[in-house]
Amino acid sequence: MKEYRVLSPTAILGYGFPEESFRAGLARQPHLIAVDAGSTDPGPYYLGAGVSFTDRAAVKRDLELMIEAGLQLDIPVVIGTAGGAGAQAHLQWNLDIILELAQEKGWRFPLAVIHAELDKETVLKAYHEQKITPLHPAPAITEEEIRAADRIVAQMGPEPVMAALQKGAKVVLAGRAYDPAVFSASALLAGFDKGLAIHMGKILECGAIAASPGSGSDCLLGTLREDCFIVEPLNPNRRCTPTSVAAHTLYEKTNPYILPGPGGVLDLRETTFTQLSEQAVQVAGSKFVPVEPYAVKLEGAKKVGYRTVSIAGCRDPIMIAQIDHIVEAVRERVADNFKKYGYDYFLHFNIYGKNGVMGDLEPNSQITSHELGIIIEAVAETQELANTICSFARSTMLHYGYPGRVATAGNLAFPYSPSDFKAGPVYNFNIYHLLEVADPLALFPAEIIKVGEGQ
Amino acid sequence: MATRKLTELASVIRSKNSGPYELTLDVIFKDKAAYDAVCRSQVINKSTIANLYGISEEEVIGIIEFAPANAIKATIVRPYPSGALGERDVYGAQQHAPLLNLEVSLD
Repeated sequence: MKEYRVLSPTAILGYGFPEESFRAGLARQPHLIAVDAGSTDPGPYYLGAGVSFTDRAAVKRDLELMIEAGLQLDIPVVIGTAGGAGAQAHLQWNLDIILELAQEKGWRFPLAVIHAELDKETVLKAYHEQKITPLHPAPAITEEEIRAADRIVAQMGPEPVMAALQKGAKVVLAGRAYDPAVFSASALLAGFDKGLAIHMGKILECGAIAASPGSGSDCLLGTLREDCFIVEPLNPNRRCTPTSVAAHTLYEKTNPYILPGPGGVLDLRETTFTQLSEQAVQVAGSKFVPVEPYAVKLEGAKKVGYRTVSIAGCRDPIMIAQIDHIVEAVRERVADNFKKYGYDYFLHFNIYGKNGVMGDLEPNSQITSHELGIIIEAVAETQELANTICSFARSTMLHYGYPGRVATAGNLAFPYSPSDFKAGPVYNFNIYHLLEVADPLALFPAEIIKVGEGQ
Repeated sequence: MATRKLTELASVIRSKNSGPYELTLDVIFKDKAAYDAVCRSQVINKSTIANLYGISEEEVIGIIEFAPANAIKATIVRPYPSGALGERDVYGAQQHAPLLNLEVSLD
C-alpha cells in the first residue's frame, strides 16, 4: 500500500518533546519530519519587533534532534514560520541557530531558506491594484497603515516548499507559512491527495494536542494513504480518539467545516473520523477546493509607542469599595498635572479582582474579592514619557486621599522595588488581509545554502 | 423537562483566539447524547451568546454545530484586537467563564 508518513515532534519548535516519543516515531521510518515554529497567538509584539517568542536554547535543542535524525534517515526536515513570526529577522535568527549547529556537529547538507517578508512597495502596489481585501472583522486597509507597518509577512502555501524540495533541499527553513503547508508539501510532490494531505498537516501541526490527554510538547505521527490518513501519538500514555482528533480540527477556527488557506479551502463536510486501533484514528473524506484567484494572508504589525507598567495590590476594603472612583480621580490628576505640555499618552488601570480579565465582556459587576491586583500601564511616544506618566499615576494612587480613608500611610502594596517596569516598544496588528497573487511562488523567493561547505 | 448545567454535559468549555480579531468559544460534549440534546434545545444561539457577553447579536459571527467532535462553537468579534492597547487577554484563553453557568433545558 502506498503510504507517506510524517513525524511531527512538537506543536511549536522550541516547545520540546520526549526523546523516547521521537525515537518511537523514527522507528516508524517517516518520510518527513516537519515542525511549525510560529503563531500570531502571542500577539503583535513578536512580528513587530522581529524577535521570537520561543527561547534560543530550546529551539536549538529541538533542531539538533530533528536535523540529526533527518540526515541519518536521509529524509527532509521542514520548518515553517521560522522564528515565531516568519519575517526576515526571525528567519535569520533561526538560520543562525542551524548554521551554529552544523558547525558544531560537522553537518553538510543543502538548506533552502524561503523568505516571506514583503517590502512595502510590493504591498502598496497590490493595494493600488485593489488586490488586498480585509479578513472580516479586521478593518479595511489604508495606504497610511501599510506605510506605518514595521513588518509585513505573507503566509505561503505548500507550493514554495515543494519548489525548494524539488531543488534538492534536505532542510527547508520557511518564513511565514500556512501551518499545514510544511507538513503536506513533500506528500503533495509524491502525488498524494491535497485535501487529505492538508487536513493531516492541520492536525499534525500542533503535535500531540490532538491526542488525549493532549500535549503541545509531544510527538504525533501521520500516515497518509491514497484514500485516508491515520494519526497516532507515539507516547504510550496518550491515544487519539475520533473526538480528540475532530475537536482539534475546530480549535482556533471560526468554522470547522470550511477552513480557508492559501489557494483554496479545506472542505470537511464529509470527513469521517474512525477509531482504527487503541491509539490511532483514521480520517477520510476531506477535500481541497481551489479558489480563484489564488490568495494568501498578509499579517502586519506597527509600533504604537513604549510601555511602562507598575504592579501593585490593595487590601483596604474602604478603598476597594471606591476603586472605580479612585481610578478616575487619579486619571484626572495625571491629566491636570501635565496639561500645559499637551502630552499624548494612553493610561490604563487593569484591576484584577474587578473585570481584570474580561473587561467589557464581564457579566459580573460586583466586587467580591477582599483584595485587588492593580496594574498601572502607560504607553506613550517615548519610553521617557511612558515612565513619567506611569510614575506619576503610581505615586498619585499611592497617596490619594479618597473619602473615608483611614490608612494614611499609603494605598498600594508593591511586590517589587523598583515598582515600575520599562516594557519597551508596543506593537499593534494593523494588517490582517488577503492578497491575490497570480503565482503562489511570486512573493516567496528561496535560496539554497550549501551548509558545511566553505562556511 | 430537566434542567442541567452546561458543565455537567460538557468535557471541554474553552475560549481562544481565531486570528487576532475573533474570539471563538468551544463546547465539547461528553457524548453524542448530550451533544444531540443540546443541539435540539437550541440553547446555544446568537441571542444567548450576546446576552452572556453583553454584546450585540451582530457581534456574534456564527454558531456552528460540529457533529464529528460532539461540539458546538460560537465565534464573536474580539472587543479589542489581540494585543491592542487596553486589551486584557492576548491569547483569548480566559473568556469562557460565562458559559460555565449556562443552564440547558432538556426534553
